[in-house]
Amino acid sequence: MPPESTPVPGPSAPSRSEPPVLTGSGAILASLEKLGVTDVFGLPGGAIMPFYDELMASTAIRHILVRHEQGAGHAAEGYAAASGRLGVCIATSGPGATNLVTAIADAYMDSVPLLAITGQVFSTSMGTDAFQEVDITGITMPITKHSFLVTKPEDVPGVLAAAVHIATTGRPGPVLVDITKDAQQKSAPFLWPPKIDLPGYRPVTKAHGKQINAAAQLIAESRRPVLYVGGGVIRAGAHAELLRFAEETGAPVVTTLMARGAFPDSHQQNLGMPGMHGTVPSVLALQESDLLIALGARFDDRVTGKVSEFAPHAKVIHVDIDPAEIGKIRAADVPIVGDAREVLIDLLPAYRDAAKTAKPDFSDWWKRIESLRTQYPLGYTMPDDGLLSPQWVIEKIGELSGPEAVYAAGVGQHQMWAAQFIKYERPGAWLNSGGAGTMGYAVPAAMGAKVAQPDRLVWAIDGDGCFQMTNQELATCTINEIPIKVAVINNSSLGMVRQWQTLFYDGRHSFTDLNTGHDTAMVPDFIKLADAYGALGIRVTKPEEVEPAIRLAMETNDRPVVIDFVVSRDAMVWPMVPQGVGNSQVQYARDHAPEWERE
Amino acid sequence: MSHHVLSLLVEDKPGLLTRVAGLFARRGFNIISLAVGTTEVPGLSRITVVVDVEGLPLEQVTKQLNKLVNVLKIVELDATQSVQREHMLIKVRVDATTRSQILEAATLFRARIVDVATDALVIEVTGDTAKVEALLRVLEPYGIKEIAQSGLLAMGRGSKSISERVLKNS
Repeated sequence: MPPESTPVPGPSAPSRSEPPVLTGSGAILASLEKLGVTDVFGLPGGAIMPFYDELMASTAIRHILVRHEQGAGHAAEGYAAASGRLGVCIATSGPGATNLVTAIADAYMDSVPLLAITGQVFSTSMGTDAFQEVDITGITMPITKHSFLVTKPEDVPGVLAAAVHIATTGRPGPVLVDITKDAQQKSAPFLWPPKIDLPGYRPVTKAHGKQINAAAQLIAESRRPVLYVGGGVIRAGAHAELLRFAEETGAPVVTTLMARGAFPDSHQQNLGMPGMHGTVPSVLALQESDLLIALGARFDDRVTGKVSEFAPHAKVIHVDIDPAEIGKIRAADVPIVGDAREVLIDLLPAYRDAAKTAKPDFSDWWKRIESLRTQYPLGYTMPDDGLLSPQWVIEKIGELSGPEAVYAAGVGQHQMWAAQFIKYERPGAWLNSGGAGTMGYAVPAAMGAKVAQPDRLVWAIDGDGCFQMTNQELATCTINEIPIKVAVINNSSLGMVRQWQTLFYDGRHSFTDLNTGHDTAMVPDFIKLADAYGALGIRVTKPEEVEPAIRLAMETNDRPVVIDFVVSRDAMVWPMVPQGVGNSQVQYARDHAPEWERE
Repeated sequence: MSHHVLSLLVEDKPGLLTRVAGLFARRGFNIISLAVGTTEVPGLSRITVVVDVEGLPLEQVTKQLNKLVNVLKIVELDATQSVQREHMLIKVRVDATTRSQILEAATLFRARIVDVATDALVIEVTGDTAKVEALLRVLEPYGIKEIAQSGLLAMGRGSKSISERVLKNS
């Protein structure tokens, strides 16, 4: 029925434009654009096709077509970890979605801001075991920070805005948004900005003044403090504040596997990495400490060893944005819930105040630490089988590429060596799968990092086992002109498992032989594989070939590079704390335990 | 191990119960009883859960639950500071000789007979856990054929309400 009269707008009447009517797919694209997303990684399939049809026309968003959805997930992680921005990956329903699961779990363990968008079958078919139907919100419930199922087009903007808000604030993490095909096809008015209604989500970033003062007091009274720095410092962007605070207190700093680069390795106060393969000074400083100042660290078992014997004389100040991390493993004397950066900003003046009357004296403490440093520097022995030393190769890559490069590692021995022997001076230079330990992380993560920061030199430091899990993304790199460098530390085996078999299973090397290296069938031949993918393949077997190969890789930017470093398989990661024992039993090398101060 | 009663104020969203129950299972916490229902506020539900943990693990379960985006508030309800009730339907075997004894027991427990058959009665009882268990012990010898039991319901004593602060903040 037509209206009785149409009011004629006067010259001063406000001109209210109606919101545009978009399909759900159009709303996904418009929302992502408005949320500032510029790069996404994905692979289309039936249930996400309506969105891909929209995406084709977008000029604001670059879509990178991966070869396997897991690659999209890790690429988005690498993108996020290198740049601090949100990573976005897209997959279809069913197997497309389940292929994202490993990457989502990885992002959950390492607190990576990740948005995973999946297509879902028609809402009318859900629950009927339709073709390519899986309950992906159900499957990912334990490994996401939150998840949403969208069945109506009008819900798209609000859900995506909420998803991005949750993924990027507080303790970052993966959020999954599952959108049915009919929600993508139907239309609704597109309202922006949408109202984000999350009454149950209020992360605390600003800490209690009382707790800050209590912490400052403990630090001022301590004699053997250690700043135990975790990945939260990197996620919070608190490296500059950490540097200032560390220098003000003069306390030693240890940076966990997730925190490599949060504090410069070149800094005198940095003792290196703690934990199972940490430096002796770092491991023993924690053991002998009287005060741990844990910043965005979660007392992971790979750091603490046997918890009951970890840092037995230390009081604990535990700073974390996630209240559930505080007291989860180790009771905290001063719990501080807050953002690492804001806490450090507040802690500095509080500490100055507390230390005004009596500045703590750490000179005895440093004397002890320096003696450990002199006695037990990080090192390795050259192999006696005439093959390359993997540690030396990795060290060389770091030396020649420098601190401005990005290094993404796989998982295993090469990961530990890359954490030990490359010098990290800035956050975002070191990317790895710390919590989940996902083999195959390196190549796609390096790809994502290179997309986020195209001007940086990006290395994937990979193992021959890891490389075979995700090297299909070399095709993505070649086709999309993402010239990453892959260093395959080829010891022809699942090296870390082999090391444990050597040490703890009487040398019984059960199914860890990959036949990719020296004196084997070399299947696959990594050089032919690189060639097949349009990458430059270089094989290196002699010390004198190492530097020229790295330089050639650094100069080659018209395609990806794969260097097959054929290394000794007998090299082991040292120091090491065997699993299940206290960290005081750290071994510097095989059967070589350092002297440490006993009570 | 000791029982703790947690009252959760949650957004009534699909999958919410799975998130809560899944978290308990995943973190290794044992649920003794669970009761879910709507509240005086549209869109909000209340979950009363009895959990079998002690000390630090209880703090951990509360913190983990608080991380769920749809959970607005959690309070632990102490038995002395709250009213706690269970609701149970008991089908018990009867015959001419036992009927009057069972009716007498039901009266003593202020339970009601809600269904009568020649050889069975359905008894409805409400009370705290101890009372319900005591009635069960009394009825046991006669032959209990079937039980349907609700989760424990609990509410803090006094004038304060669990949703007050939450609504003010939003």
